[in-house]
Amino acid sequence: MAEIYLGNEADFEEEGRRVITKNGLEIGVFRINGNFFAYENHCAHQGGPVCQGRLFHKVEENLDTDQKSRGLRFSEDQIHIVCPWHGYEYDIETGIFPANPKLRLRKFDVEVRGGEVYVLM
Amino acid sequence: MDSKLEETTDIPIQQIDVYTDTRDILAHAEQQARERNYQDYVIFDVDSHHIETASWSEVTKFIEDPVIRSQAEDYHSYRTGSPPYGLNGDLGMRYQDVGGRIPHQMDRRETIEESDLHRDVVLTRRAMESLGLDYMVVFPTGMLSLGMHPQLHMEVLLGRAYNRWMVESMLKADERIKSMLYLPFSDPEAALQTIEEFSGEPGVIGFMVTSVRNKPVHDNQYMKLYATLQERGLPLAFHGGYYWQEPVIAQFQRFLGMHAVAFVLWNLVHLVNWVLHGLPERFPNLDVVWIESGVAWIPFIMQRLDNEFLLRSSEAPMLKRLPSEYIREMFFSSQPLERNDLDGLEFIFRKMNAETQLLYASDWPHQDFDLPSTIFDLPFLSDQAKRNILGENALKLFNLERPGRK
Repeated sequence: MAEIYLGNEADFEEEGRRVITKNGLEIGVFRINGNFFAYENHCAHQGGPVCQGRLFHKVEENLDTDQKSRGLRFSEDQIHIVCPWHGYEYDIETGIFPANPKLRLRKFDVEVRGGEVYVLM
Repeated sequence: MDSKLEETTDIPIQQIDVYTDTRDILAHAEQQARERNYQDYVIFDVDSHHIETASWSEVTKFIEDPVIRSQAEDYHSYRTGSPPYGLNGDLGMRYQDVGGRIPHQMDRRETIEESDLHRDVVLTRRAMESLGLDYMVVFPTGMLSLGMHPQLHMEVLLGRAYNRWMVESMLKADERIKSMLYLPFSDPEAALQTIEEFSGEPGVIGFMVTSVRNKPVHDNQYMKLYATLQERGLPLAFHGGYYWQEPVIAQFQRFLGMHAVAFVLWNLVHLVNWVLHGLPERFPNLDVVWIESGVAWIPFIMQRLDNEFLLRSSEAPMLKRLPSEYIREMFFSSQPLERNDLDGLEFIFRKMNAETQLLYASDWPHQDFDLPSTIFDLPFLSDQAKRNILGENALKLFNLERPGRK
């Protein structure tokens, strides 16, 4: 199995990223809650540079016990990567568009060995 | 370890923001253009935008009324933190960038090295080259609400000032940049004067009505206007938009719902009036283009109007055919193309005769822009149909020469 070396684990800040290209393939690697996630930099919508977009905590409707809306709030633990072209959002841990599982990013496994980060191809 | 690191290259822009160069934002679009060989296709973008309010103090210098022009100059010279002089609209309620998720919709602060061209010409060229376009029709952005201005004379003064600025600053700079100029539709005489004055200016290929307005298009005051456009062979475009303060629209509390309905609503109302009052019979050679409402609404109104017409045909006595037959001869821009259900889209294309009536539009740099691949990649289109929609239909409609190689 081919692998791409990304550098030392310590080089990645929390919620930091590295977007690289290798043989024409663009891959974004993110560090979220200490874990690493890697996706092709290609949005399932129109092929936009999704890994170069901003990270946002998922927006939730804040409902009370009577099902009344009390406005919006950010999820405490669910983070989305948002394509900067059109705003398509994907769960950073799964690469899946939450309201439509058919829409997903191409995911790569990431392995950390001896403090070094590798993307498995 | 160093040898391993050399195997990969960091992409220069790790995160796109408002300072990112258009060519970097659209790098994947440029890649698509190469992969799909757009060199071999004429690609005519019938609807893109620039942010005219970024140059508004230049535009207001062209206001013809000396008193209003003086007001504008003082306003821009001495007031801080104020919106552009004289424009109505929604000021701080412009949420198109989805809360900062789409940086190029928020602002474009990229570096412009060229000093001999207007910034908007440079930005337009960068987008054209990245998207693989031959022609780009450029429209304003904030002015799309001007049809709801409470002071009728302001639409005339600002619309005419904008037209002159547009010709001098953008259209004369690059023959690939075109526009359908702003018609101050609230004043039919001024609109007619606009056609007479600006027809034949460089890059002017038609005229545009901002659809957001509550004045019926079949009003008798407009007949001279339509006759003049027909006589000159210039298309009339209706550009969709939104106006959140409109009471029915104000029921929407989030931009998504408001945008989904409003961008169709006024075009839908105008199209129904256009057909039922027999304007296609009165001006059979006047081409009409409906812009930025997508295509999903078209089969709905065809089916609905045919049904209603058959019940009450005495109220539309000018019609010699079903309403849908007239609609099928109109032109529509493609964006935002509702591609989620391809079976549904194929039905829509067949219903509206898209092969000859649909015109590719990007709407760049707005939040729901479409690349040429939204047409090129449709699996149910023949190569000729793709060519027609991407550019050949527009070349015929606007009577333009086939461009040289990109």
